[in-house]
Amino acid sequence: MRAGGRGRAVLRRTVRRPGALCGLAVLLVLFALAFVGPYLSPWTHTDVDYTALRQPPDARHWMGTNRIGQDVFAQVVRGLQKSLLIGLLVAVFSTGLAAVVGACAGYFGGWTDRVLMFVVDLMLVLPAFLVLSVAAPRLRDRSWIALVGLLALLGWMVTARAVRGMTRSLRERQFVVVARLMGVSPVRILWRHVLPHTASFLITDATLAVGAAVISETGLSYFGLGVQPPDVSLGTLIADATDVALVYPWMFFFPTGLLIAFVLAVNLVGGALRDALDPKTADGVAPSRATVPSGVSG
Amino acid sequence: MLSLILRRLVHCTILFLTSVVLTYALASTALDPRAYFEGRQPPPPARVVDAELARLGMDDRAPLPERFAHWAGRALHGDLGPTIDGESVNAEFGRRVGVSVRLLLIGTVVGTAVGVLAGMWGAVRHGRPGDRILTVFSFAVLCVPTFVLALLLKTGALAVNRAAGSQVVLYTGEHTPGLQGDWTVQLRDTAAHLLLPAICVALPAIASYSRYQRAATLDVLGADHLRTARAKGLTPGRALLRHGLRISLVPVSVFFAYGMLTLFTGAVFTEAVFGWPGMGSWLVDSVQKGDVNSVVAVNIFAAAVVLLAGLLADVLHALLDPRVRQP
Repeated sequence: MRAGGRGRAVLRRTVRRPGALCGLAVLLVLFALAFVGPYLSPWTHTDVDYTALRQPPDARHWMGTNRIGQDVFAQVVRGLQKSLLIGLLVAVFSTGLAAVVGACAGYFGGWTDRVLMFVVDLMLVLPAFLVLSVAAPRLRDRSWIALVGLLALLGWMVTARAVRGMTRSLRERQFVVVARLMGVSPVRILWRHVLPHTASFLITDATLAVGAAVISETGLSYFGLGVQPPDVSLGTLIADATDVALVYPWMFFFPTGLLIAFVLAVNLVGGALRDALDPKTADGVAPSRATVPSGVSG
Repeated sequence: MLSLILRRLVHCTILFLTSVVLTYALASTALDPRAYFEGRQPPPPARVVDAELARLGMDDRAPLPERFAHWAGRALHGDLGPTIDGESVNAEFGRRVGVSVRLLLIGTVVGTAVGVLAGMWGAVRHGRPGDRILTVFSFAVLCVPTFVLALLLKTGALAVNRAAGSQVVLYTGEHTPGLQGDWTVQLRDTAAHLLLPAICVALPAIASYSRYQRAATLDVLGADHLRTARAKGLTPGRALLRHGLRISLVPVSVFFAYGMLTLFTGAVFTEAVFGWPGMGSWLVDSVQKGDVNSVVAVNIFAAAVVLLAGLLADVLHALLDPRVRQP
């Protein structure tokens, strides 16, 4: 990964796909919207405009107002910000955890491997959503950071399995064997020689994990178990507007549209990255691995 | 083959028992049944709440191991304890399990069958408009969270009904309450209610299975033995079915166990949105009430379904790939 040539080649192969370019553009727009948007609008997500209840979009309220007169644009921007932050943090944490666990299990083998893989199996048996929904009420009073930790803790297992497999084959390679014989410590071997070889996989996986985390978070918030009022996320906004989707469509379709656009963009970029990093795919040849966005909640 | 299944069975049983212990511990520490009683109007005296919690075996003052031992002792005899409202968890389980199994079964069967067929079709038509449309479609479906998909379907049904001026598409419940008529009327009614939830559960499954099957088939299409089959005179379709399908199903069978996890989660959302009295909506209700025993019961069901899917995937894998069968 360190060589500039490879990085540039990957970049070139990534941006050559029209889907990836579109995805990147959409992501940039969404990030700008989420972090610059609050300064553009005179309203904040908690402000109530009593003169405008259930107003369709107009010049004063760009995306209309909701049932109690809150500005939908301000709310959507705030919710998008929260969802993006949660998605990014969860992806970083869960991929990091997966790398550590997978590399340790694969490199040390024996009982370490057996115990860690038993934990992975155990956590895979229970649908993550189930555990999340049981544990979430306890986190209600804590900040949303606790929610990030919980989501990260439940999304690393499949990736860890893949990293373990890669590490097992890397362990037998000569440069690793030589390093071991020279007396390099295992931690250093893992950090310097093993993990860089899984980096391309991890980067791709982290990208796809962002989409998965956002989906899980909105799902939890939809059931009222995730982000708590007065704070909002895309999930809570969609949940609130569900029963009036046909009467006041602007309350439902703006958050839903942004959510779908974000997940779609992230997955497009992640899929293109995966194809570009996969040495088995030459330019223009079909990807040999399946490009499937993964998500805790479908 | 038999020893492989036996070994997996032992592994699964250990996993199952560990997961039951863990979920009981998690549910009893995370949920707060006391708040459910204290939140009533008018609030009952503390003594009454204590007595009620003790009767249900959810008393948070008793140590956790003691509560678990009490629960497990009954569970071993097939009694999963009372719900927070004092009814039997077993009875509620029996009422709801059929609803969920119906949804999961349809999702699995339709999802795998249509998904595998669509994936093979996409691989054969690789790069042509049909394949492109399939790819875009499955990608779009996978990027829509299940609850949004369910909501969109429901909104669409509402719009259709409003345009038609009558109930053309049904979208709440799993049958019409108090419907009179013989079994054909009942069956038609149930099928009509099943339509939208079934689409909602099956669509994501179709989308993901078709992606995996497409990639696996593309890998096989270039293989030497398939070229040999063609050279010996088989038509492309026959060659693919006789010599390609079996190999391409191997990676998909590995995915089957994970697929069940996603399917189960999808069913939770589908049941909640369409108002089906299944395990998923039970979970959501019981978490909100702090009903420990019911939550554990749903967990047991989920773990059993997922492990069964894993076992089935292992057997399928062994059947498809003779190398796995050798000890």
